[in-house]
Amino acid sequence: MNTKNNVVKEVERMTGVNLRKCMKCGKCSATCPAYDEMEYHPHQFVYMVEKGDVEKLANSSSVYKCLSCMACIERCPRGVEPAKVVEAVRLLQIRKQGMNHLTPDAVPAMLNDELPQQAIVSAFRKYSK
Amino acid sequence: MTFSYYPGCTLKTKAVALDEYARRSMEALGITLEEIPEWQCCGGVYISAKDEIASKLSSVRALMASRDAGRELVTLCSACHNVLKQVNSDIANDAEMQMKVNNYMAPEVPYTGETTVLHLLEVLRDRIGWDELARRVKNPLTGRKIGGYYGCLLLRPGKVMQMDDPENPKILEDFIRAIGATPVIYAERNECCGGYVTMEDPAFAKKRGNSVLANAADMGADLLVTACPLCLYNLTHNQGEGSLPVCYFTELLAEALGVK
Repeated sequence: MNTKNNVVKEVERMTGVNLRKCMKCGKCSATCPAYDEMEYHPHQFVYMVEKGDVEKLANSSSVYKCLSCMACIERCPRGVEPAKVVEAVRLLQIRKQGMNHLTPDAVPAMLNDELPQQAIVSAFRKYSK
Repeated sequence: MTFSYYPGCTLKTKAVALDEYARRSMEALGITLEEIPEWQCCGGVYISAKDEIASKLSSVRALMASRDAGRELVTLCSACHNVLKQVNSDIANDAEMQMKVNNYMAPEVPYTGETTVLHLLEVLRDRIGWDELARRVKNPLTGRKIGGYYGCLLLRPGKVMQMDDPENPKILEDFIRAIGATPVIYAERNECCGGYVTMEDPAFAKKRGNSVLANAADMGADLLVTACPLCLYNLTHNQGEGSLPVCYFTELLAEALGVK
């Protein structure tokens, strides 16, 4: 049973975020360096998860565009920490069977001589279970 | 002074310069960096979910090794520093995380987050001091206009990293002054370089890198310094309209101390 209510509770449990603290000022999205690349923006993650509307977010490429730069976490005047919500939605998606976003087979084509190992391990941490 | 030292995966491979210049410089300053035996990769990024435990254990092993050696733990790569500090903070402040980690690892002495994690810049500022560093400089980099590039991992989340004011930092600027150069302040010094997204969306990383480089060049920087191998990659690999040389801060430190 994965009712909307359960998903909201799960995200709150994973993040420790109180979604109802958001006052919808939009500062998280205004400061997001990935804003132009995203279909859903940080403030939308916060209010859509609060409404239980997680599926659209989880299936969107927006979850893979977040840079985890924590600008929205630092700058939210209410301490809501939107990036933690984005991360939780991404984890809900990639933790499903067969839903790893990055697989080892895809990596060789992404490599070049200068690419640091840090990029590869980071991408795996963020995109795969 | 002796510190435990966690170099991290990239400093053994693509970012040897970051490590090598740091070792030479610390030796010149009379500081011993004692590499932790058999350290494991930190994973590169911290996963904020409270139920993500296994991927944080490699950090706990490093933190515990440092605790057992009775030393403070020094890191150099911004990413390792970020992960180790955040995991340490979790264990110190989240009772459930602390319990699960100790249940799994069953160490002789439970780990409760007691290790102090320091970035090498914090060692320079808080254990040596800028005035003392300036006194030890043999080749001051006079006349060089240098932009400190913080990126995201060095400072955020400010509550946990507690390294500097995350929105108005000065640790890199103070470092640049101490080695005799002139710091250049620019707006994007603490905005993201594009990070790991460079793997699957290089065009996006290129936009980010160019934005940082163009902003720094506009403000008069001749050179950028960073502590992060991925920032260095994204800024040097993605040069376009914005174009500037970028190097590790340890390279300039070694140059100033006469050990490059």
